[in-house]
Amino acid sequence: MTKDEHKAGIGGMANPTRYGIERVAYWLMRLTGLGLLAYFVAHIYETSNILRGQVGWDEFLALTQTTEGHIFLALVIAMCVFHTVNGVRVMLGHGGIGVGTPARPDYPYDPASQNYRHKIGIYSAILLAAIATMYGLAVMFGE
Amino acid sequence: MAQVSSIANEQTSTPVSSSKSVMLRISRYNPEHDDSSKFMEFNVPYEKWTTVLEAILEVKKHFDHSVAVRYSCRQATCGSCGMMINGKPRLACFTKISELDSDVVTVEPMNNFPIIRDLAVKFERLFDTHQKIKPYLIRDDTELETDEREFLQSPKELEQYIQFANCIKCGLCNSACPTMATDSSFVGPQALAQAYRYVADSRDKGKDSRLKIIDESHGIWRCHFAGSCSQVCPKGVDPAMGIQFLRGYLLGFRS
Repeated sequence: MTKDEHKAGIGGMANPTRYGIERVAYWLMRLTGLGLLAYFVAHIYETSNILRGQVGWDEFLALTQTTEGHIFLALVIAMCVFHTVNGVRVMLGHGGIGVGTPARPDYPYDPASQNYRHKIGIYSAILLAAIATMYGLAVMFGE
Repeated sequence: MAQVSSIANEQTSTPVSSSKSVMLRISRYNPEHDDSSKFMEFNVPYEKWTTVLEAILEVKKHFDHSVAVRYSCRQATCGSCGMMINGKPRLACFTKISELDSDVVTVEPMNNFPIIRDLAVKFERLFDTHQKIKPYLIRDDTELETDEREFLQSPKELEQYIQFANCIKCGLCNSACPTMATDSSFVGPQALAQAYRYVADSRDKGKDSRLKIIDESHGIWRCHFAGSCSQVCPKGVDPAMGIQFLRGYLLGFRS
């Protein structure tokens, strides 16, 4: 990409403020996807500690039993739930399901593909992620 | 850093009935000799019905004729005057200043298009990708040899694509698209929506060849259904809908 192309760049891609909740969902989907990928790599590293024997395993596992560890795991729960629920919505949309029906548009041209079904799907993903996170925090800090 | 040049105190040469005025900030950039863009500010009077394009033309007429802007029809038909208006891609002729609900109107060239100068951008790539998806009816018997060879179509069949035929190739969808923001090779929502326009046309027989064109790494799979293209379309085309239908063919959801 060259300067001549006048691309909006990463900043333009990631800016979730201008195009409604659908763009916010797009941004969160990318962010949670990267977060889960990072967790996946960290998880492989974590479980590989079993090779260090019982002591090594217990030592590493103790890191997840701290306040910081609990907050990190709560974030993982939030990312996982949002990515799953919103992923189902996006997959259905990608198949052309629930994106409306072609018709002659009337002013002010509200796009049928950005309909209430998808908005409900996005808000549900956020809500479920919040509930699951709070439940996870209650379990972890309630011990 | 943007350099601000204000000539707000200059007087217009024509009598103005409006008591309202707006600060119009115009991005100035000439790639031939400027390192970066800068904003110039103008106080422009406006009425309830004044469009952003009219305000820019007011500036050209009374303050600075060197401002580069492309326009033609002034009625959202030619698709020439697309630009970023207060951070969002819009047609300048189709955007009233009064509807922006702001004392400052900032106009910049559309994102994701090379700049010719100031507010005018190059459309070559838009037209190239549009042409790439074969925007015409494909069938063996397109030449009408007798009066009996008319391609009849029911109103229901027409409804399947007429929305997508409203595209005026203004490029706003490509400017709003988050994938276009980083991927120089992505075919873009404009071309993909037009691919669906012809695939959905009951007279067309070129579905397989078009699906083959868009079924590549920088083709339809780079669309992540953010829907920003549909939100900025000034003609109600809803490219996001067309793209998902098109992908439905490739995924086997549609036949």
